[in-house]
Amino acid sequence: MNGIGPALAAGAGLAGAGAAAGVSLPPRARVVVAGVCTAGVGAGGVVAGAAALRGARWSASFPGLLPLAGVHLAVDALSGLFMAVTGVVAVAVAVYGIGYAGHGGEARWVQAAWPVFAGTLVLVPAAAGVSTFLLLWEAMALTSLLLVVAEHRRRAEVRRAGLWYAVMTHLGLVSLLAAFALFAAGAGGETFAALRAGAAGMSPAARGTVFVLALVAFASKAGMVPLHAWLPRAHPEAPSQVSALMSAAMVNLGVYGIVRVGFGLLGGGPRWWWLLALAMGALSAVYGILQAAMAKDLKRLLAYSTSENLGLVLIGVGAAGLFAAAGGRAPAALALTAALLHVVNHAMFKALLFCGAGSVLKATGERNLDLLGGLRARMPVTAGLFAVAALGAVALPPGNGFVSEWTLLQALIHGLAVPGVTTAVVLPVAVAAVALSAGLAAAVFVKALGVGFFAQPRSEGAAGARESPPTMLAGMGLLAIACAALALVPGALAAGLSRATAAAGPAGGEALDSGVLRLRLAGFPAMFSPLWMAVALAVGVLAVTGLARSAGRRRRRGQVRLWDCGGGAPTPRMAYTATSFAEPLQRVFDDVLAPERDVDVTHAQESAYLVEKVRYQSRVPDRIEHRLYRPVLAALSGAGTSARRLAGGSLRLYLGYGFFGLVVLLVILAGVR
Amino acid sequence: MAGQVVLVTGGAPLLTGLMRQTRAVLEGRAGAGIAQPWRDVRKLLRKQPVSPAGTGPAFRAGPLLPAVTAAVIAALVPMASTVTPVSGSADLIVVVALLALGTVALALAGLDTGTAFGGMGASREMTVAALVEPTILLAALALSVPSGSTNLAHIVGDRIHDPVRLASPSGLLAIVALAVVTLAETGRLPVDNPSTHLELTMIHEAMVLEYAGPDLALVELGAQMRLAVLLGLLASLAAPWGIATTTAPGAVVIGLVLFAVKVVVLGTGLAVAEVFWAKVRLFRVPELLAGSFLLALLSVTASYFLTGE
Amino acid sequence: MSLLRKIRRTGRTAEPAPPRPTGQIPPELRELRGSMQVRCVDAGSCNGCEIEIGNAFGPVYDAERYGARLVASPRHADAALVTGPVTRNMATALRRTVEAMSEPRLVVAVGDCAMNCGEFAGGYGVEGAVADVVPVDIEVRGCPPRPEAVVAALRTVTGR
Repeated sequence: MNGIGPALAAGAGLAGAGAAAGVSLPPRARVVVAGVCTAGVGAGGVVAGAAALRGARWSASFPGLLPLAGVHLAVDALSGLFMAVTGVVAVAVAVYGIGYAGHGGEARWVQAAWPVFAGTLVLVPAAAGVSTFLLLWEAMALTSLLLVVAEHRRRAEVRRAGLWYAVMTHLGLVSLLAAFALFAAGAGGETFAALRAGAAGMSPAARGTVFVLALVAFASKAGMVPLHAWLPRAHPEAPSQVSALMSAAMVNLGVYGIVRVGFGLLGGGPRWWWLLALAMGALSAVYGILQAAMAKDLKRLLAYSTSENLGLVLIGVGAAGLFAAAGGRAPAALALTAALLHVVNHAMFKALLFCGAGSVLKATGERNLDLLGGLRARMPVTAGLFAVAALGAVALPPGNGFVSEWTLLQALIHGLAVPGVTTAVVLPVAVAAVALSAGLAAAVFVKALGVGFFAQPRSEGAAGARESPPTMLAGMGLLAIACAALALVPGALAAGLSRATAAAGPAGGEALDSGVLRLRLAGFPAMFSPLWMAVALAVGVLAVTGLARSAGRRRRRGQVRLWDCGGGAPTPRMAYTATSFAEPLQRVFDDVLAPERDVDVTHAQESAYLVEKVRYQSRVPDRIEHRLYRPVLAALSGAGTSARRLAGGSLRLYLGYGFFGLVVLLVILAGVR
Repeated sequence: MAGQVVLVTGGAPLLTGLMRQTRAVLEGRAGAGIAQPWRDVRKLLRKQPVSPAGTGPAFRAGPLLPAVTAAVIAALVPMASTVTPVSGSADLIVVVALLALGTVALALAGLDTGTAFGGMGASREMTVAALVEPTILLAALALSVPSGSTNLAHIVGDRIHDPVRLASPSGLLAIVALAVVTLAETGRLPVDNPSTHLELTMIHEAMVLEYAGPDLALVELGAQMRLAVLLGLLASLAAPWGIATTTAPGAVVIGLVLFAVKVVVLGTGLAVAEVFWAKVRLFRVPELLAGSFLLALLSVTASYFLTGE
Repeated sequence: MSLLRKIRRTGRTAEPAPPRPTGQIPPELRELRGSMQVRCVDAGSCNGCEIEIGNAFGPVYDAERYGARLVASPRHADAALVTGPVTRNMATALRRTVEAMSEPRLVVAVGDCAMNCGEFAGGYGVEGAVADVVPVDIEVRGCPPRPEAVVAALRTVTGR
């Protein structure tokens, strides 16, 4: 008896209760009860996950619950890690959501879907059978779809985003279905245990096909380029607590799927599998952060940054597979540990960032960074919490993102010792991708924080902003504490992480040999102590302030007007906006981004040398989406239009089609026999 | 370690003074003397601090972090001795990240003022920083591959014991790449002109136009320490001779003196070179950095194919 | 290389430092001894004074050797070097520039126009002399003043 079973049962029960409450109670009570139930679901996930990370295992089968296959559940440390992460995020955003749902988000089906969504997120990692997994996976997709379109009545973009999300998530499901069908047929069983046992007997081609299909499905869930098109649409349009849960917990399950299927069930594979994953990760990391650098919609920026961070995770996973395939067990374990650690870190800071963006949206009605500004003075607590998360996201010490990126870079650097020309060619490029995305991430979050929160407000909405209600701040505070803990004492997670990677399969094992104070790689000469680093920085700040004070004349700090070059006071219109901040980067990456510029000059009537007005428009489209999706969509719609001509509406014609179809079928059958 | 911090903090303004003096002599001037930056800092510390309207904690913290991070780096990098109480934590990636932290803090402070120049400086500084990061990490990779560690004490120690590595093509390429990004990180010619008065050509200076008095003193001291630390890092990696590998006080003192000599030589060389350079256009800077990125990539590949198998 | 040859051939162009001037300055400006940053403000001059100030900071007179340096922002400056009669359009800007400098600060009026509007006295666009707009601490006579005079005024403050 280790508490995993009861915790999961309680979680599932609370999800049901929350759904029932969401349907039946009056609006205000509905929000509170559904929120509390969702938090309870999250707490269940935390309890179960923590127990699993401490080494407990649990499994259960309910053969009668699902026809033909039955429901199989099993929890090991790998599931536990993802459960715990989802749980923490769910608790925090549920508390946050109680305050946030105030306007428009309290519709019955939205509140009913909310606890169920959290419940499926917690339960997906526990699935131990193909049918169970697919069922939970689809339930997760459907409830999240309901939540994404929560505000569909108010904005047309929400409907469009919902459509994109629905189509892409189901294309992913098709790919996943195909992968599991092939796998189950080849392995001769439906439960994960049977798959694991039968995987070795499959032909390399079949195993490769299964992996590629699963990779496509899971990568599209994780928002990997070029399967990312739904992510920058759905995440910004969903209500913010939903975006937070999707971006911090749902996309992780894509990673979980790749690790579970690739390492756990298939037992690792040849290099090209992992090269594919690594290339996808590197592409997503760089492309995602470049688009984030250009974005001026705060939530869209965060969504692209999710693409980037999951790309970094996939680089780690791919590198782990590559090293394992080449026989480098220690670097493989290190890379996988780095990837999982980054999943945890990213979940915490991204949930906090989305909550911060939600608070800003609620207080100002704006998501456009160009129209924000001045929020530091108006929403000081939110701004401070957002800054904590941004510090994590820029991957600089003493933030939590730095710890995992450091580990990832160490894994890539030490991986060069693994023999093989592939590693020698691929790893430097991977390091460059990680480094470039880290550098650009710094620019992105300086933009988000500096342009969004500092300086003067640039719109009436921003000028009238007020601090968020306490429930929202409490939810965000919880996440900030998690970020700080991960930043200062990441060593506390080391034991759990090594259990999780060991549970993942052949690439896993102990990689971090660490106490509370420092992070030391097992088997490699590298060490870094986040806590001491933070202490050193704090001591340095105190010492420098003290020295500067004592050397000075102790004059009082004067309050003066901004230096305006002697002209009138600078107006908010003169301040740098997100667009202008990103302009140099846009020029540098002109060839990649292919921005569209449109300059319209109206000349005065008297002379062509006098300009009456200039209109300037610039837009940075998602180029991959344009090049890849547009032609496919155009072809599909063309095919649909021409197919419509066949359906003329005449009953005789349709009967004729039926007759011809039957004849053709019979002829073919006759020929085959 | 403490010696390093004191030497860097005290010596950084002198280094800048020396570089200005070198330039002045080459321009046919008399020059203000190498202690002038210290006089400037002393005077600025005594002036009245001011907070422009509408600025907040980010503006106040902006000048502190570059100076503090530079001091922490000065403690970490093995400049005089590879055996210090913190040498285990002297990680090259951490050093790079700390430098970036200083840059980010100042960029946020520039945005906090809400003036057009502050935003412009922040935007340009972050653009350059974003492009510098991959190069500097790749160079770090190239330097750490032969030693099998990113620990600086480890790398430097290895280079002392095995001087052939210094002359290896990969080592040389990495050092050149590192040197180019050092120029970019410290805002020297040809990337940025530290003594420009024209706002439109500014990168670093544009962010700090609002600072006065003690805040400005810290900004200037921070920039000077950054230069000293980066030149010190370069000197330790390119010419590790004389760095003590024990804790014997005599060896450490010799190490400190030699370190000062190395940095002085590098600084003077840089000042002389700057007389011959013009600042490149802002949008040509990425080309320079891309070139140095290529060098770093070449050096990683070379290090693998020449030493790996 | 030709630049290098030129540098060698030219050698030092800075003239030997003249003896230290003996002007008195107010006690609160003592803190600026050894180091003074200067911001130039052209309040409406004919640019004659600017040329001479430029020469004062050029290689021949080299005001930098006495610890004075030109800076880009009044926030960084200790002294404003104001030239010309103050035109109406520049009066507010001049006031704000001086306000933007943090304490202790001083104003140096450079040239005859800055002291008494010179040639432009009574012009319709002229607000008045510099002293009518902001308090002046040091005056430098001449139309335009010689660079030596500008350098001497700066040296009374820096004391070098």
